[in-house]
Amino acid sequence: MRRFLLLPSIALLAPAALRAQAAFDRTKVPTLPPAPRLVLPSVATSRLANGIGLQVVSQREVPLVQVTLSITGGARLDGDQPGLASFTARMLTESAGGKDVNELQNAIAFLGATLNSSASWDAFTVSLNVPRRSLDAALALMADVVQRPAFTSADVRRQRDLRAAGILQRRDQPGAIATLAFNGIVFPAGHPYHNPADGDSAATARLDSARVRAFYQRAYVPSRARFIVAGDISTAEAATALASHFGSWSSAERPAPVTAVAVRPVSNTAGRVFLVDKPGAAQSIIVIGAPGVSRLSPDYPALVVMNTLLGASFSSRLNTNLRETKGYTYGIGSGFGWQPLPGAFRISSGVRTDVTDSSLVEVFRELRAIRDAPVDAGELARGKAYVALGIPGSFETNGEIAGQLAELNQFGLPLSSVSAFIARVNAVTAADVQRVARRYLPVDRATIVVVGDLAKVRAGVEALKLGPVTQLEVTSVAK
Amino acid sequence: MTLRRSLAIAALAVAPALAQAQAARLRVPYTIDTLPNGLTLIVHEDHSVPIVTTNVWFHVGSGDEKPGRTGFAHLFEHLMFMGSQNAPYPQFDRLLEAAGANNNGSTTEDRTNYFEEGPSSSLRLMLWLEADRMGWLLPTMDKPKVDLQRDVVKNERRQSYENQPYGLVADVLPHLMYPPSHPYSWPVIGSMADLSAASVDDVKDFFRQYYAPNNATLVVAGDVHPDSVRAIVREYFTEIPRGPSITRPAPPAFTVKDTAVTLEDRVQLPRLYLNWHTAKSTHADSPALQLAGYVLAGARTSRLTQALVYSGELATAVQAYNDAKRLDGDFSIVATARPGKGLDTLQAVIDRQLERLAAEGPTPRELEQARNVIEAQFLRSIQTVGGKADQLNEYYYQTGQPDGFQDDLDKLRAVTAADVQRVVRLYLQAPRVMVSVVPQGKQALAATLKKVTQ
Repeated sequence: MRRFLLLPSIALLAPAALRAQAAFDRTKVPTLPPAPRLVLPSVATSRLANGIGLQVVSQREVPLVQVTLSITGGARLDGDQPGLASFTARMLTESAGGKDVNELQNAIAFLGATLNSSASWDAFTVSLNVPRRSLDAALALMADVVQRPAFTSADVRRQRDLRAAGILQRRDQPGAIATLAFNGIVFPAGHPYHNPADGDSAATARLDSARVRAFYQRAYVPSRARFIVAGDISTAEAATALASHFGSWSSAERPAPVTAVAVRPVSNTAGRVFLVDKPGAAQSIIVIGAPGVSRLSPDYPALVVMNTLLGASFSSRLNTNLRETKGYTYGIGSGFGWQPLPGAFRISSGVRTDVTDSSLVEVFRELRAIRDAPVDAGELARGKAYVALGIPGSFETNGEIAGQLAELNQFGLPLSSVSAFIARVNAVTAADVQRVARRYLPVDRATIVVVGDLAKVRAGVEALKLGPVTQLEVTSVAK
Repeated sequence: MTLRRSLAIAALAVAPALAQAQAARLRVPYTIDTLPNGLTLIVHEDHSVPIVTTNVWFHVGSGDEKPGRTGFAHLFEHLMFMGSQNAPYPQFDRLLEAAGANNNGSTTEDRTNYFEEGPSSSLRLMLWLEADRMGWLLPTMDKPKVDLQRDVVKNERRQSYENQPYGLVADVLPHLMYPPSHPYSWPVIGSMADLSAASVDDVKDFFRQYYAPNNATLVVAGDVHPDSVRAIVREYFTEIPRGPSITRPAPPAFTVKDTAVTLEDRVQLPRLYLNWHTAKSTHADSPALQLAGYVLAGARTSRLTQALVYSGELATAVQAYNDAKRLDGDFSIVATARPGKGLDTLQAVIDRQLERLAAEGPTPRELEQARNVIEAQFLRSIQTVGGKADQLNEYYYQTGQPDGFQDDLDKLRAVTAADVQRVVRLYLQAPRVMVSVVPQGKQALAATLKKVTQ
């Protein structure tokens, strides 16, 4: 199959001289030229006078500018208030800078801009995308949102009610229930990833302006902030524009400490099964996984290649088996959570109710197969090429460039590490793949979650004897 | 030097003063020509990132199916990846992945598209694979392939409809909106029964009718040279024979009555769907309808969002949009109630806002905001070679002019407040199809049928 091995060997079978004459031979896979070399965007790095870091990538073709502000922190700072960080982020784009929410939102929309604020588990992000011609006016609004949010009681109450309704609606979504259950089990209470980033209904009911304002003052601090600008703008223009809107941003508060996390994820020594009943569900959601590994691990490139072959490409073993061969699912995938604190490895899929147990059997068959035997040379080459050659396509738009930089920043990695990553991917061997599969895949210690019609699937799943079975209620998982 | 980015929209860069001025002219340079077998080729050259995309539109969708055999065009979308004579299963996906490329496809009522995207070095492979399945799919088509992808599509249906809250509305709405003889009267994905009924011969007949070069348009966009693309396309596609010419009978005329239907679903909150027939995509009223959708619910301060979510605090969210297709358009308003609220209350607020907009029209500032946002959204849609290829194909299919989007943006600029007022009166006060989705056993929360005031 694939390219490093397969295509060159095909090239030998179809010499150029033959192809040039007469009709070409349609039965031969075409010979491809060498792939283009990756040329990374050039990033200009500087600081504003108040110390805020700035990275600028100029690209002139589209009259759009992306401005991304990242602040280290995120839901890790929630403490005993799950959802506080993401709620605060949501409140930034309500009333701000002396404008009520209508005036502010009207002004943003009038410029053709999008201005969004969010919190992940590990960082806050405020993201502006705007036609070049409206950049200055949009930055003024962004500065209001970041530095002068109002947090009025009326805004907080309204958004709190909306959030409560959204949390209620999670109960309608089997996929969300499965994810909530899995995270709640693998990451125990006290671990930042235990709670959903948008919290639960009890914590939501306690949200008020005072809590939100106090959190904002501890968390939104310039000393933890960095801007990334990508688009139709020069380095100097970007620095000037940001200095004029953010140069005087300072914080009187001491930043909340981002403390080390003492609670570790739960690594089982044996499998265990959690069932959630959704009577009448048209399919079952299955999640199989375990605590993962740091992205800064030297095994990272081998893990990416291994996971590509296992479940992160269309032709991966899991998708080929469960979708293309058996017809059990519309799609199945696997992945490691590459967050600053190691996330989980998980396989997830929606499968036909009547083959819920058979699907689990096939998932474990594939986990064992990639652990017990080395991948063949063609498959390995395909996976490596798919990862390495796909990278230029992930730097196409302003938003993608800013996103790639922001992600690297989270790990303290320079942009040049992308080239190094490609070289390391190309050096991965079949033995490496097998080694990381043995070390990191949870063949005998998986946490397994099944959300479906238990009257139909429970007996089959129990008969597999994958581990002790616990039933969870929807209302306690999505609480 | 930087690599990336994607536009290559030359003139785009001009930046007129914001609010009122005419927006810059967008230009996506392209070449177009047609092979003797009828295949249309459009090439857009853009060397900003070393990637290429190929994007084939077959002008066939669920609207070309027959009652009792629905879901075919979409089932076909799946079968097109199942191997052809010279690239047997599973080579299509594997060869592309080995070249660092991705692929996918999608189906609507009107068309099916297939696209690949990867490093520019993979162009020849993409075109060879596309040619092989356009010309040599049937020799390898057999019952096991059809059976397997039929199962996959049924799984897709479970995942996207049956197991999604409110998912069954998409299944019911086409039947409520159109008479059974109309090509839009069934959902694109088809029914479980029709999917079960499809035979290999049905599949082969459908392919021979519609999947021919004269019913297809191929766009190649990205880090390529048009002359070289044309040479490769001629080499690979020329010998594929032209298919039968396609005549499509005019859809039947029909009248719509005010209709109210209630579905019970496993949901926490009731949701209201209001739907009107509007006009086909090329109709002169389409830009005004698009603007009406924005003025009603496009921004957090839009009229319905204000009335239902912000000041009224009756709904958690509301959307409004005009979906203009080749034969007809539908305008939809979808609102989800807050806990404790019934759908009659939401409906009354929506009706009041529609009456207001019909009576007064949008303010100049609302109109200008809507135009600015829609233009910016279009710009964002053509930031990628994939997005540009899809727009070139779409506009060629709908208007014969691959870069016809500039005309649309001009028309959008020309829409007046009176135009918006007129289309709201003409289309959104007409009879409509209303669907209430309520939690099981909570029929009392549904909206009830009543005559819309004119």
